Amino acid sequence: MSTVAKTPHAIQPEFVAYDVQKVREDFPILHQQVHGKPLVYLDNAATTQKPFAVIEALEHYYSRDNSNIHRGVHELSERATNAYEKARAAVQQFINAADTREIIFVRGATEAINLVAQTYGRKNVGTGDEVLITAMEHHSNIVPWQILCEEKGAKLRVAPINERGELVLEEFEKLLTRNTKIVAVGHLSNALGTINPVKKIVKMAHAQNIPVLVDGAQAAPRMKVDVQDLDCDFYAVSGHKMYAPTGIGFLYGKARLLEAMPPWQGGGDMIASVTFEKTVYNRLPYKFEAGTPNIADTIGLGVAVEYLNNLGVDRIEEHEADLLAYATQEVQKIPGVTIIGTAREKAGVLSFIMEDIHPHDIGTILDSEGIAVRTGHHCAQPVMQRYNIPATVRASFGLYNTRDEVEALARGIRKVREVLG
Amino acid sequence: MSDDRELRDLYQEVILEHSKKPRNYGVLQSADHQAEGYNPLCGDHYTIFVNVKDSAISEISFQGSGCAISRASASMMTQALKGKSQAEAEALFTRFHDLVTGHGGDANALGKLAVFAGVSEYPLRVKCATLAWHAMRAALRGEQQAVSTE
Repeated sequence: MSTVAKTPHAIQPEFVAYDVQKVREDFPILHQQVHGKPLVYLDNAATTQKPFAVIEALEHYYSRDNSNIHRGVHELSERATNAYEKARAAVQQFINAADTREIIFVRGATEAINLVAQTYGRKNVGTGDEVLITAMEHHSNIVPWQILCEEKGAKLRVAPINERGELVLEEFEKLLTRNTKIVAVGHLSNALGTINPVKKIVKMAHAQNIPVLVDGAQAAPRMKVDVQDLDCDFYAVSGHKMYAPTGIGFLYGKARLLEAMPPWQGGGDMIASVTFEKTVYNRLPYKFEAGTPNIADTIGLGVAVEYLNNLGVDRIEEHEADLLAYATQEVQKIPGVTIIGTAREKAGVLSFIMEDIHPHDIGTILDSEGIAVRTGHHCAQPVMQRYNIPATVRASFGLYNTRDEVEALARGIRKVREVLG
Repeated sequence: MSDDRELRDLYQEVILEHSKKPRNYGVLQSADHQAEGYNPLCGDHYTIFVNVKDSAISEISFQGSGCAISRASASMMTQALKGKSQAEAEALFTRFHDLVTGHGGDANALGKLAVFAGVSEYPLRVKCATLAWHAMRAALRGEQQAVSTE
């Protein structure tokens, strides 16, 4: 490899153009008409479509390998166990975790955050303590902490965002006090597209020995995540937002913290030995994986990670950055449109409103053009309150979207004005 | 298959006109009935105010915000209900509901409200068209809690 790199005219894999048309062939669902128009799927922040490789992995598992894991001595159980643990290794490498023991499979980012709130949180947050979040969080990174704070008599503190939708770091830092027991912050805002300076946030919090949980649901499919570089303590991810099946995701946690945390759910697989007098819990990561897990979808997640690796996360990032920049430019040209969320560091998400036209009406008219977008509050009601709007229209991009689709979106928005006058 | 014709059926001129210039819009001071309709997912939020005199609706108004369909529906509802008894209002509620959910019924009996027939082609928008109606019914029935059609 290194000898090739020295040759000036050699084409290195990273310089091969990103062939989006070829990528699209991997996604069967994209090749259909909706209301007589080619489907333009721009709702990727809600969920992404699945490549053949993932769909086939599920079919293969259920038609060849289905079995319970970690217990049988028979061939099928061994195959299922190997495939399941292979997925863990794939995830570990994908986010550069130090150890596979630090990857806990859960239903999704929501469950991952609840797990931390209910174990680490219940153990470490007490009366008068504080949990610090930001004003741009998804409900899944608000409500689990509210539940915890209510139970413990603790206080939920919220760091403000500016008009662009960026976290006000100075205010955030001021809110870190000796009462703060944990910080929970989104890596990439689903409603605004803002990328938070997680590394800086972690540094600030760690300076006061406060651990940081990062909600990575939107970031994991869109940018290179290196949990050791970020130095975050927990990182929560949903598989279905990164081209894997629904119902599977993972929690990364530093081994040292996970070891010290009480288990969350009790049951099979999470124990080393059980008597009626005393149960010894299993080692990591199994301590947090009670009961038969979602084996098939975990394997699907592993395959999705492989798929992303093959395409190259850096190239996906570049492709989506181009789409977002182009969409921002094209949508901004349309009279009466206001973009909500104009952070300098931004990815994947374009939220906007149109004067005197409600997002739902825009959504219906775009749908009639075969364009799928999300309209509503995007499970981030406090963000809507911050901008004093009931809802936005959100176009969110994925690795298979094209510039043509951006143009279709812009045409669709112009049609809204035509239809509604 | 949806096409522009269906879209124009949904967003008829009358509907767009009412959504831009809603009738009976505003707070009715000293209303003896009022109720709130709120769909948190989409953010549509209305309050319906009603005064009943001699067992008929003497005054009715609405206030709030939402999409074109919900706004026009609220506006045209207030026009249709003035002077109606509670029983008549309930009957109209049912007819309107049947119309927008595609359960047929007598469109003629709905008068101008028949323009909402196009909603039945858009099941996801039924909640928009019926929000003000549910709030109106809750107001007449004296229900305290905000209603939702989501």
